[in-house]
Amino acid sequence: MFDQLSDRLQATLSEVRARGKLTESDVDAAMREIRLALLEADVNFRVVKAFTKELKERCLGSEVLESLDPGQQVVKIVNEELTGLMGGSGRELAFSSSGPTVILMAGLQGSGKTTACAKLAQHLAKGGKNVALAACDVYRPAAVDQLVTVGGRAGAHVYEQGTDADPVEIAAWALDRAREDDRDVLIVDTAGRLHVDEELMAELARIRKRTKPHDVLLVVDAMTGQDAVGVAESFAEAAEFDGVVMTKLDGDARGGAALSVKAVTGKPILFASTGEKLDAFEAFHPDRMASRILGMGDVLSLIEKAEEQVDQRQAEDLQKKLEDDRFTLEDFLQQMRQVRKMGPLSGLIGMLPGMGAMKQLKGAEVDEGELDRVEAIILSMTPEERVNPGVINGSRRKRIAHGSGTRVQHVNQLLKQFEQMRKLMRQMVSGNMPSPEQLAQMGGGGAPRPRVRRR
Amino acid sequence: MVGVNGTGKTTTIGKIASHLSGEFGLRVVLAAADTYRAAAAEQLAEWADRAGAELIRSEPGGDPGAVAFDAIDAARARGADVVIVDTAGRLHTQGNLMDELGKVRRVIGKQLPGAPHETLISIDATTGQNGLRQAKVFADAVAVDGVVLTKLDGTAKGGIVLAIASELEIPVKLIGTGEKLEDLRPFDPTEFANALLAG
Repeated sequence: MFDQLSDRLQATLSEVRARGKLTESDVDAAMREIRLALLEADVNFRVVKAFTKELKERCLGSEVLESLDPGQQVVKIVNEELTGLMGGSGRELAFSSSGPTVILMAGLQGSGKTTACAKLAQHLAKGGKNVALAACDVYRPAAVDQLVTVGGRAGAHVYEQGTDADPVEIAAWALDRAREDDRDVLIVDTAGRLHVDEELMAELARIRKRTKPHDVLLVVDAMTGQDAVGVAESFAEAAEFDGVVMTKLDGDARGGAALSVKAVTGKPILFASTGEKLDAFEAFHPDRMASRILGMGDVLSLIEKAEEQVDQRQAEDLQKKLEDDRFTLEDFLQQMRQVRKMGPLSGLIGMLPGMGAMKQLKGAEVDEGELDRVEAIILSMTPEERVNPGVINGSRRKRIAHGSGTRVQHVNQLLKQFEQMRKLMRQMVSGNMPSPEQLAQMGGGGAPRPRVRRR
Repeated sequence: MVGVNGTGKTTTIGKIASHLSGEFGLRVVLAAADTYRAAAAEQLAEWADRAGAELIRSEPGGDPGAVAFDAIDAARARGADVVIVDTAGRLHTQGNLMDELGKVRRVIGKQLPGAPHETLISIDATTGQNGLRQAKVFADAVAVDGVVLTKLDGTAKGGIVLAIASELEIPVKLIGTGEKLEDLRPFDPTEFANALLAG
């Protein structure tokens, strides 16, 4: 996500950096690039104007001109301003101290409310909350069925009265039931509605009045264009929403419009929805996202993700093995499975610092089928072969290829890659970080040396 | 019918089916090939009911290609005139899901040579610059013939279809202007241009 915006800013700022000393016309040129990039990223034109104006003033200030490395300083300022634009540091949901916490979800049709409801329910249930959902979309065919299904998958109870009741009454009834059943959280799903539909906007206001939600969340599709600001303003008026859930962030939309929602309404983005599966939902971190836009890497998110998935003891074992140079194909298989649990690899690569600039890694979507093949090949080896790949001779290679439904070339390629990886690991253990070229080469398996942009 | 999640594929299919059966007296079969999203088939069933069309569906999680295959079979057996295949919404960045879509198209072509005769992508009028990318990737995967511009009843003008038409030469064929069966119209370039410039 945001890949292209990050490219533009990086390209612009690397020019500024190369000059060493910053003149006013340098700043103007950089601002023009940033303005264009932001507009192309669907950031609302009003927001872009205000953003670059403030940015320029800060860039021309003494803190930049007097600094040893003005380019670096501009990066820092853009990062800070972008973080500000997206809502400062992260904010949590407000939970009620007594009785169920009510969260009302609202948004346009097709923005992803029902899915976001289930994801939020699962997210909160994981944190130990007893969560229920209220099915108040009586208009879209089968919306109630959908919520019942995905809610059930998320481990949340769904209060529904079919499609004949009034949504306001359903919401009030569900709240009563949630109180009786002693739920911690009630998430109210509502029908998608156009912000210009007065009747439905009034209905939303009535649901709000009756249920007195602790938080109203506006669900915003990350692909929304300039119209997002008008939508947000209307919803702010009718539903007085407190925060935003950004959906479909796993696509390649730059998501600028949803960011401008914050700038125009003052409401922060609380959650990011990033995939088809129910657990593809996370707290939104404006500060990390800004760093990511600038290509400084979202390392914190990556570490958090890894910590969630990787067993601590396994990690220690692995560390020990690396130190002793005892890393085997079996460990490689475990590692690969561990990493794949974190989600699609293409998403993870974007989070690594410096990788944003590596075209060949970015364009090349990581082929998950390739990884299946690697798994199959290793699984077709005997335990001895996995520990000591040196014994794999020609006839063993043939057998492995046959067993895994691949070709001997694939087996050869894997063995070669594994050898390269062990070499890199020995380097890392001895304290030398491998260069990006080496890392890329490891993935490409002897592909031509990639050209990496240098600063 | 293809497109990104939440752009209005199923609703559009309901409207097209109603139009074909109501105005032209054609027999329509709908194929619920969105076997992924919860209750997607139920949603399409409701539209089939409203439009007087027949529905072919499978178990949740079933093979979308098989649903399309069966639908064409059923349409042949019953002498139907049109089959409309609903597919699961997918982000164009999900390579495996785009491959799956290509497979559905190939299955349709094998089952009925020359089909699909029309592949439509639904684009949400509120979509920004990303719409162009969506259209391009979908066109690469399944050879899109036209755009249905949905949700034009809001304040969004759908300007991105201008880029889609000029860069990819994919015309807008239909516009969606509401949630009722009759809220579907042929695209009128003059009207669209006037609306864009109306400020």
